Amino acid sequence: MWADLLRRAGYALLVILLVTIGVQALMSLAPGSVAEVILGENATPDAVAEMNAALGYDRPFVVQYVDWLLAALQGDLGTSPITHIPVMESIAQRLPVTLELAVLALVIALAVSIPLAVLSAAFPNSALDRGINAVTSAFLSIPAFVAGPVLIFIFAVSLKVLPALGWVPIEDGLGPNLRSAILPAIAVALTEIAAFHRVLRADLIGTLREDFVAAARAKGMTGGYVMFRHAFRPSSFSLLTISGLSLARLIGGTIIVEALFVLPGLGQFISTSIVQRDIVAVQGVVAFIAVGFVVINMLVDVGYGAIDPRVRRTPKAARRTRAGVTRNATGKAVSA
Amino acid sequence: MSELLLEVTDLHAYIGSPRGVVKAVDGVSFEVRRGEALGIVGESGSGKSVMARAIMGLMPARSARTGELRFDGKDLLGLSKQDLRQIWGPEIAMVFQDPGRSLNPVVRIERQLTEGMRRHLGVSRSEANSRALDLLKEVGVPDPERRLRAYPHELSGGMRQRVMIAVALSCEPTLLIADEPTTALDVTIQRQVLDLLRRVQRERGMSLMLISHDLHVVAGRTDRTAVMYAGRLAEIGGSHDVFEEPQHRYTSALLGATPSIEHQRHAPLDVISGSLPSPTDPPAGCRFAPRCAAASAACETEQPPMVDVGAGHAAACFHPVNMKEGELVGR
Repeated sequence: MWADLLRRAGYALLVILLVTIGVQALMSLAPGSVAEVILGENATPDAVAEMNAALGYDRPFVVQYVDWLLAALQGDLGTSPITHIPVMESIAQRLPVTLELAVLALVIALAVSIPLAVLSAAFPNSALDRGINAVTSAFLSIPAFVAGPVLIFIFAVSLKVLPALGWVPIEDGLGPNLRSAILPAIAVALTEIAAFHRVLRADLIGTLREDFVAAARAKGMTGGYVMFRHAFRPSSFSLLTISGLSLARLIGGTIIVEALFVLPGLGQFISTSIVQRDIVAVQGVVAFIAVGFVVINMLVDVGYGAIDPRVRRTPKAARRTRAGVTRNATGKAVSA
Repeated sequence: MSELLLEVTDLHAYIGSPRGVVKAVDGVSFEVRRGEALGIVGESGSGKSVMARAIMGLMPARSARTGELRFDGKDLLGLSKQDLRQIWGPEIAMVFQDPGRSLNPVVRIERQLTEGMRRHLGVSRSEANSRALDLLKEVGVPDPERRLRAYPHELSGGMRQRVMIAVALSCEPTLLIADEPTTALDVTIQRQVLDLLRRVQRERGMSLMLISHDLHVVAGRTDRTAVMYAGRLAEIGGSHDVFEEPQHRYTSALLGATPSIEHQRHAPLDVISGSLPSPTDPPAGCRFAPRCAAASAACETEQPPMVDVGAGHAAACFHPVNMKEGELVGR
């Protein structure tokens, strides 16, 4: 148990280190520097070099990185040389927007895909199933930069029921806040629905062939009861996995949708910072997102335990379960 | 009230497969009497499990059942899903082969054991729980209070099958179908579970269909035995008669291929040469003819009908064991 936790924490640390080293390397390899951005295009090379030296960017790569790392470990992600705002503060300001967008998109995607997957699995290869497949495939092929304008046109321009652009913070009321978040969230959610639907549909169909489902039917339980009380939980591993991946991905990058709907989120912050060669800001945000990834993955692991009691006891069983052995595991394989 | 509980008449169960239609059950007729234990034996692939599932309406996708299934006077093939759900559980219950797969791994024993009672008997939660405790005691699960709160993986294989039997008994069915109930269990546990099944069958006056590929499983624990081969019934009769005086050539070959305690050491076993015929394209005549030492030309072309060969004992064989060479029965 403790060994497993330690090993996991070790992996997490390694991931964060590698990601931040990679970012630092990429940023220092990229042409241009933050000094050129600050001084403007008419600055002399001497002035640029002087400024870079003043900011410490002339030091060796390793020294710069270790310097940043030591500060970051103490919770100091540095201050942007351009805006003079601490990176931590910028993140804290923008995180709620991105987080809400990501979570809302995930909730919408799940709320749509779960009932559709249940219907598909209840009547596999029926006209209904094929119809649902066609619709979700269509959703999958609509990128956010197309869905966004279309949604704006329908709900903001034609129907005038929702605001087109901008962000209302949650402090100004939940209603207005949700109204400003719902369209971008839908734009993001659309592409997720297809994957969620397919994964859950396939797992449900597999589970419905299990003997324990036959046994539940042999007790005279109704189809809906069998589906939700017996088949759903053991079928939700893959869905949980890809939901976690989606959430992590959405927190890192809803750049296009944030730009489209003019939302002051992390994606917008990171894209501006890259353009401005603001190494400090980029490094800070990326490190933060990497931590977010790791945390979400750990939550997903905890989620496996919530779904399947066999996972709670031994980490080994957890890994077997994730490898998809659950449904084949005979009593003998799992029992002590 | 008729003496017959379940009447199966000319039952066919066909399953679609990439290699053609599998005629898993192809014209089977028999009946289960009230309070009797009927054994169904046959080798793997003979269609016994499909037959059990066909009776329970648990057929896979792309499959069809024809024939007649009468249970307590009700036509099982004609009933609506709602009506069938009133039969599954309180009338017919089933115990499956592998309790590691027939218990839901993520649901506590308590709910798996009580959900049927809550639905069919309309009892309260606490009433269902106290009945569940009694059932677990009846099937010999020690420390039932703790087992109720357990998940299936926390129980041994034998305990799990006892729980499955308790689940099947929970709504007091009149017919219990046990499909290879001990195949997945350790040999030492098999006997206990089989004796348990026989005991509860007798105590409750319930009918039992005990399906097994293992002749010894069925032999001492059933009143009558049906022998199945390649989707058809070869022979049916009182268990003693079938095992002591088998009439169908397949039954006698099968018994001959079974080692017994009296079997001389290192003496060769009389194996049945060949293998099961194709389930998609079975032979036109007797299904056992290609492997039968006594087969004649008639066996190759004509299906032998079920004929009485003794009191309550019938076999579908042109050349039953006790007939003289050359003589044909049933024509």
